[in-house]
Amino acid sequence: MDIFANLLHGFAIAASPLNLFFCLIGALLGTLIGVLPGIGPVATIAMLLPITFNLEPVSALIMLAGIFYGAQYGGSTTAILVNMPGEASSVVTAIDGYQMARRGRAGPALAIAAIGSFIAGSFATILVAVLGAPLTRAAQQFGPAEYFSLMVLGLIAAIVLASGSVIKAIGMVFLGLLLGTVGTDIETGQERMTFGIPELSDGIGFVTIAMGVFGIAEILKNLEQTLSRTVLNQKITGLMPTLRDMKEAAPAIARGTVLGSILGVLPGGGATLSAFAAYSLEKKVSKNKAEFGRGAIAGVAAPESANNAGAQTSFIPLLTLGIPPNAVMALMVGALTIHGITPGPQVMTKQPDLFWGLIASMWIGNVMLVIINLPLVGLWVKLLQVPYRLLFPAILLFCGIGVYSLNNSAFDIFAVAAFGLFGYVLLKFGFEGAPLLLGFVLSPLLEENLRRALRLSRGDPWVFLERPISATLLAVCVLLLVIVLLPSIRSKREEVFKEE
Amino acid sequence: MSKRWVAALAVGVMATVAAVAPAAAQMFPTRPVTVVVPFAAGGPTDVMARILGQRMSRTLGQSVVVENVTGAGGTIGVTRVSRSPADGYTLLVGHLGTQVANMALYRTVTYDADRDFEPIGTIGTNPQILVVRRTLEATTYADFITWLRANRERASFGSAGVGSMAHVAAILFFSQVTGTGGQHIPYRGTGPAMNDLVAGQFDFMFDQSVNAVPQIQAGTIKPLAITTARRFAVVPDVPTFAEVGLPVFELGVWNSLFAPRNTPQPVLERLHAAYLEAMADEAVSKRLADLGADVPTPDQRTREALRQRVRADMERWIPIIRAAGATVE
Repeated sequence: MDIFANLLHGFAIAASPLNLFFCLIGALLGTLIGVLPGIGPVATIAMLLPITFNLEPVSALIMLAGIFYGAQYGGSTTAILVNMPGEASSVVTAIDGYQMARRGRAGPALAIAAIGSFIAGSFATILVAVLGAPLTRAAQQFGPAEYFSLMVLGLIAAIVLASGSVIKAIGMVFLGLLLGTVGTDIETGQERMTFGIPELSDGIGFVTIAMGVFGIAEILKNLEQTLSRTVLNQKITGLMPTLRDMKEAAPAIARGTVLGSILGVLPGGGATLSAFAAYSLEKKVSKNKAEFGRGAIAGVAAPESANNAGAQTSFIPLLTLGIPPNAVMALMVGALTIHGITPGPQVMTKQPDLFWGLIASMWIGNVMLVIINLPLVGLWVKLLQVPYRLLFPAILLFCGIGVYSLNNSAFDIFAVAAFGLFGYVLLKFGFEGAPLLLGFVLSPLLEENLRRALRLSRGDPWVFLERPISATLLAVCVLLLVIVLLPSIRSKREEVFKEE
Repeated sequence: MSKRWVAALAVGVMATVAAVAPAAAQMFPTRPVTVVVPFAAGGPTDVMARILGQRMSRTLGQSVVVENVTGAGGTIGVTRVSRSPADGYTLLVGHLGTQVANMALYRTVTYDADRDFEPIGTIGTNPQILVVRRTLEATTYADFITWLRANRERASFGSAGVGSMAHVAAILFFSQVTGTGGQHIPYRGTGPAMNDLVAGQFDFMFDQSVNAVPQIQAGTIKPLAITTARRFAVVPDVPTFAEVGLPVFELGVWNSLFAPRNTPQPVLERLHAAYLEAMADEAVSKRLADLGADVPTPDQRTREALRQRVRADMERWIPIIRAAGATVE
């Protein structure tokens, strides 16, 4: 089979000393920020983008991906031990995980989280490898009209599946699309909306927006809250789960893995949604529902497997179609374009090293994470004692250096500061940054394909409905919007996200 | 001050300048050098820039990073370099299209190809090949002309952007043959455009050999004619335009390395030396030739030869393009 030959090739690349090193760095950093509440993978990756400029694209992606799935592991550690989820995706883990810890069963909880994550990660790795080729082939048949409709669907689905207000999310998508049009018109070379500022003639920097809206704004928000962190001072004894634990957890891991893998692929999905859905599912199918909320091991195993599976399968649409399904993947688009690689079906054929190397590195990274996490649990918990008054200034300084080094331009630093403030205002009014970033990233592609499709049809807009694939994609968009706006579903949807 | 003093001072200053200048050149480069390619990754200009850049980085002892700054027929990337600091750390790979044709096409050009750039050297010259999608019924040039005349309203062609060589060649072709042509579909480079031609999204394109030859050899697109004087060794079955009755259509797209004007002379010389060393490397010239590029002979590798080439092509092509009546707002 081709897949095995390709995976082998990928392992050869991922196992080079340099790439192993970056994989480890990514996994460590991911665990670190996963443990620390308030700093998520989106902010971290945004801040690290300037560094990756000097790396080989494969190494850069391997490290950034490591941060993303590493954070899923790290987030669960503090969720279980301290009842303080390091990540949104481990919020549900805290419900039963912390109860287990209070009963003196922190060891098995941590172990099952790691084991579940590992199994899910391995499964998702294989899934990415298997689905890569057929999806890429399908995407190669896509013309400009199909791409345009696919991107519209991606944006709409991201809105529908995200938490929060639909109207606000649509507003953010459009704002992102508009910000993406600042710069020079790609066909005629005319400057648009630059107000004569030379720094804007190349468009607004992706790193600038990402770092401001996610990095700086998140820190500002954290400054408001006095985070009290009391670590459960308790010895972790008996890491290994009992046979009974395993029996209870095994089906939960399996269900969580499958559900997470599916939800990860959907636009707007990813780790957080996967974890929530898996927990609800487990609660529904469980024989002893009463156990949930009081330390059910299935309640730890399912969401932990699901968030890791979802984190990894969300790479599928990015690598095969070039459509980022969530904010982290939007950042990956940025990392790729910095290296002159346009995400899309051609990545697999033209950059096989990157594609298969990244996939193989995910599995290697998961092995590393199991090793990092279980024996070093104590160390990670200690990290929670690093005071924020040291942490935050360090991060800000790092951001400043990073963004300055991109173009050696002070303008960029002011721009980051401005977007930071803007992002903070957005947070205050309950607007989310993710749809803004998705809109911004997709804006140039959306415009290009829209204009190209209309040129091919000689200005006839019906082309989007005459081509069957394009029409189907747009029909799904309409369906999604109708469903989400139906009153009965709307209230249900709000209920689901309330747990967050 | 006595004359002798002045003379001594002058000698001293000159000696210092002479001593310092090579020292500065020896120090250059102390950080990675960026080569801006004004078209999308994977296209002809990009491929050639990467082949040269990789080899030059060995001589320079610093990595040479290719950055694709795309859009508007390459003018966005070229403008960026023309406004960059002239320190040798930002270079450009421009070609016949960006450095010559755009001067005739764009009503307001944001750079002057002759004045704003210091030539370093030509990497290779590519003939252009008229290629059509595999599913098109026409398989010969004559068939194609018949088809094009019958399908003026539906035909469409791709390019690397408004004013790119692929676009210019099409304009010239229409002015010579069919009068009017198909719908123009611009991309950010013929790299992405080629993907869509292979997928059959549009009908035909004039592309540089480096980008077209691999697809022709794979059988994913059909070649109809080539802009060389004689048949081309890499694709010997493809007739020349002269053979099919269009002798004026002979052109080669050179892709060359430039630095912003006012780049210090020692830095230019250091870059030119690294360029020469790369071009002298068998591995580099063979790779370029295999892809279908005409590698310059040693006497064509001087900086002056490139300067003359830019000026000569401006004189030759600007009137032709203007006569074809093409402008971009």
